[in-house]
Amino acid sequence: MIPLVYNARSMMQRPVSTTFTAVGIALVVAVFIGMLALGQGLQAALARTGSDHNVLVLRKGADSELASGIGRDAARVLAASPHVATGTDGRPLVSPEVYVLVPLPRPNNPTAVANVVVRGVSEQAWSVRSNIQLVDGNRPTSGRLEICVGRKLLGRFEHLDLGSSLHFAGRDWTVACRFSAGGSAFESEIWAENEQVMPLFRGEVFQSITFRLKDVGAFADAKRALEADPQLGVDVHLESEFYAKQVGILGIMLRVLAFGVTGIMAVGAIFGAVNTMYAAVAARTPEIAVLLTVGFRPSQVLLSFLAECLLIATVGAVLGALLALPVNGIVTSTTNWTSFSEIAFSFRVTPLLLLLGIAFGVLMGVVGGFFPAWRASRLQVVQALR
Amino acid sequence: MALVEIRDVYKSFQRDTQRIDVFTGLSLDMEAGSFTALMGPSGSGKSTLLNLIAGLDKPTSGVVRVAGAEVSAMSPSELANWRARNIGFVFQSFNLLPVLTAYQNVELPLLLTNLSAKDRGERVRLALDVVGLGDRGDHYPRQLSGGQEQRTAIARAIVADPTVMLLDEPTGQLDAKSSQEVLALLQRLNNEFSKTIVIVTHDAHAAERAKLTLHLEKGDLVEKRAAVAAR
Amino acid sequence: MKYWHLVTANLRRHKLRTALTVLSVALALFLFASLRSVVTTLHTNSQFGGARRLVATNATGIVFILPISYANKIKGLRGVRSVSWANWFGGKYGESARDFFPKFAIDPESYLGMYPELKLPEEQKQAFLRERTAAIVGKGIADKFGWKVDQNITIQGTIFPGDWTFTIRGIYVPSDPAIGDNVMFFHHEYFDERLGHAGIAGWFIVEIENADSAAAVAKEIDDQFRNSSAATKTGTEKEFQAGFATMLGNVSLLMGMIGTAVVFAILLITANAMMMSASERTAEVAVMKTIGFSNRTVFALVLVEAGVIALAGAVIGLGIAKGFYPLIKFQGFGFLPGFTVTPLTMLWGLLLALGLMLASGLVPAMRAARLPIVQALRRVE
Repeated sequence: MIPLVYNARSMMQRPVSTTFTAVGIALVVAVFIGMLALGQGLQAALARTGSDHNVLVLRKGADSELASGIGRDAARVLAASPHVATGTDGRPLVSPEVYVLVPLPRPNNPTAVANVVVRGVSEQAWSVRSNIQLVDGNRPTSGRLEICVGRKLLGRFEHLDLGSSLHFAGRDWTVACRFSAGGSAFESEIWAENEQVMPLFRGEVFQSITFRLKDVGAFADAKRALEADPQLGVDVHLESEFYAKQVGILGIMLRVLAFGVTGIMAVGAIFGAVNTMYAAVAARTPEIAVLLTVGFRPSQVLLSFLAECLLIATVGAVLGALLALPVNGIVTSTTNWTSFSEIAFSFRVTPLLLLLGIAFGVLMGVVGGFFPAWRASRLQVVQALR
Repeated sequence: MALVEIRDVYKSFQRDTQRIDVFTGLSLDMEAGSFTALMGPSGSGKSTLLNLIAGLDKPTSGVVRVAGAEVSAMSPSELANWRARNIGFVFQSFNLLPVLTAYQNVELPLLLTNLSAKDRGERVRLALDVVGLGDRGDHYPRQLSGGQEQRTAIARAIVADPTVMLLDEPTGQLDAKSSQEVLALLQRLNNEFSKTIVIVTHDAHAAERAKLTLHLEKGDLVEKRAAVAAR
Repeated sequence: MKYWHLVTANLRRHKLRTALTVLSVALALFLFASLRSVVTTLHTNSQFGGARRLVATNATGIVFILPISYANKIKGLRGVRSVSWANWFGGKYGESARDFFPKFAIDPESYLGMYPELKLPEEQKQAFLRERTAAIVGKGIADKFGWKVDQNITIQGTIFPGDWTFTIRGIYVPSDPAIGDNVMFFHHEYFDERLGHAGIAGWFIVEIENADSAAAVAKEIDDQFRNSSAATKTGTEKEFQAGFATMLGNVSLLMGMIGTAVVFAILLITANAMMMSASERTAEVAVMKTIGFSNRTVFALVLVEAGVIALAGAVIGLGIAKGFYPLIKFQGFGFLPGFTVTPLTMLWGLLLALGLMLASGLVPAMRAARLPIVQALRRVE
């Protein structure tokens, strides 16, 4: 095996060229990881929004909470269903909810308006929906125009401090608390008491009903039974699945963007790697001749150049991963067109993503360097020494 | 007035921390129409002298004059211009641009003039004919033998009708036969066309073809030997 | 230029390397043009809006409805020429999210009167107006799903449940690309009838006599309903559109960052390739200078060489960007109707290419110009 120190020294002899190639690969890897992190963040926010233990009920045919409408009667029938689990206080773990969007002005751009979710909830919602925890303050008092604000809204809109007054639907609402929800989409919502919001919005109609399954394994049965009931007229979804699917067109767009852009950049980076390696081979032709004369085999020459390529690519890829790392946790928002609501999510750079990015970078380098390395190994001593 | 006048030239180089003196007050003349060979051991300054005459390098002090022009005092851009019109230079190797044909290589100096493409073409073809490569104009250097490459380089060196031709070890990398071809050509250029030629060489046979041989040793002219009657 | 063959000869020296470098530049500029066009298209579309059209929505939120009775009251206001209304239908057609297209229930005569941008043959328009279950669709979706005039289509209601069947009586082509050629319009009456309750409107479109009175009329409308069950929020159509553009998020920032990374990466690649080529030619540069080529000429030759690569890449990359998207009728999944690469984007692309040339060619060019002939020759000999 040709000693690696030969490769290392050769690389250092062309510092600028080596650096440029490595940085080129680094940039592609960084963009790749960055964009996948964006998609991952969105996915996570939505996917973590649901639990396998919960069932979300919407009116038949509705494709989002916004489009749905369920009357109080149906809500009562549902609460009495045997599929519904009971809480420690003996009450059914059922949460009928109102779902509407209200326009909130953005602080830095008054003409820009974001449609923020206001969810009307009952007491049960806090237990039924998963991972809801108060960050500060106390739950809205029944009968008062009070709201609880999801964590991700903080800093992006005004009047969301404890005790502040937020104006929407022609009323002033006092911020009683702020809550977290395990990073899920609920963190982009404002929660208020059902009884307060219903008269202002759609009247005696809920948009969704969520309940805890008594028997987690019996979802299929529950679904069949409830959907067959003509009195109810509902579609039944597993909460986790439902929200995961909500990503819809946005998810597709992000994926297309991610793979499209990085695909093209990758081709460019590979070209760069090819160029660099070809030049390296050309410049070192006499050295290769010497190596072959000394007795190293062509296959060893091939491996040697590939190893060099691998080295540059790995350094570049790791650099790219490091470049992408700071992006983790940055909160951004967009509109989920399926539910028409603003959703805030953070970039999520996972260890898996980093590994994927690094592997990708290394692959680019190896693909780019293969042919030149192969040519190097095919070199005839006689030609080389001329 | 001699064509080339070297007057009291000093030249030293700095290599790392050492200062190397090549010339310490060298003076010599070369007449127009002369064919001079410069010989001497390595480091004697032969190539440096050539570079000084060509204006590729400047003396530390002293004057270098070619055809009355004080080369040692010109600015780099003046020198470029001057070289284009007055000097034809041939190196030991790497003369030709591998990406250009023989024709295009020979044409290079003429691109620096105002001649039309047609006029340039005439001169290039003439030059190639003189060196015996009239039919190889469209060949690339890799398709030419070593001797043919050097003859092409010579064609390039004469195409602009320079005042003086300078050749640095032109036969150094050639076999005996090719060397003969090149040297015979040089003789012809000197005899028939009255070209002033200076060649630096290690080869005694090459020196024999010249009319005058100058021996340099450690920057000093130690011997001047006129050629035996030209063959 | 009589030196031109020197430049091309050098480019032909390593054909593969030149080709790869040109392609890299082309890729980068293609990406740049594409990304920038997303931003420009969004911006252009957000500027869309008839100067004399106002949009009135429910002040509580865009998802809430307004009573149709408002129409008459608005029509009676000073400065108002006509009033129309529409409702977002939602609904699903086809299985995948990609098959989505907007569907509106409209008051046909007044709406079409207010939107001359929806161009369709007169007979089709009349056929549509005559029949309550008729619909008109944009050419984009008609082509996409292979729909023909007089064909029946069925939409699965989401907000308004059930299966809804319509007969296509007209296919429109928008005269302003911002309007999108993927919208379906049908009769509000049919909508009201099936829902069985008093007319509801998603929003009102108000055509005013005089563009200058927009703000005044808007205020009047809002004042009118301020204390009613449903207060209104009225603004110009442009403001309404602009609001949607912001909903997508900080797109321009994202595109900008990606674009920068791309350009930078390619810059490195090109500069790298140029420098490698240049460093291999030290001997030749020395020879050229010996022959008498001036420093300036040598400098220019290297720079022009970089320029040719950059320009070739620009032409290819920008050219493909310009021609590719119309070919595949790209509309960004419906979010970017009228997607096009503007001349300004092309200009920026060319400027980038110029910058690329300078950045990648300048150092090698200066090195060549400054090359000390004697030292270079000594290395050669």
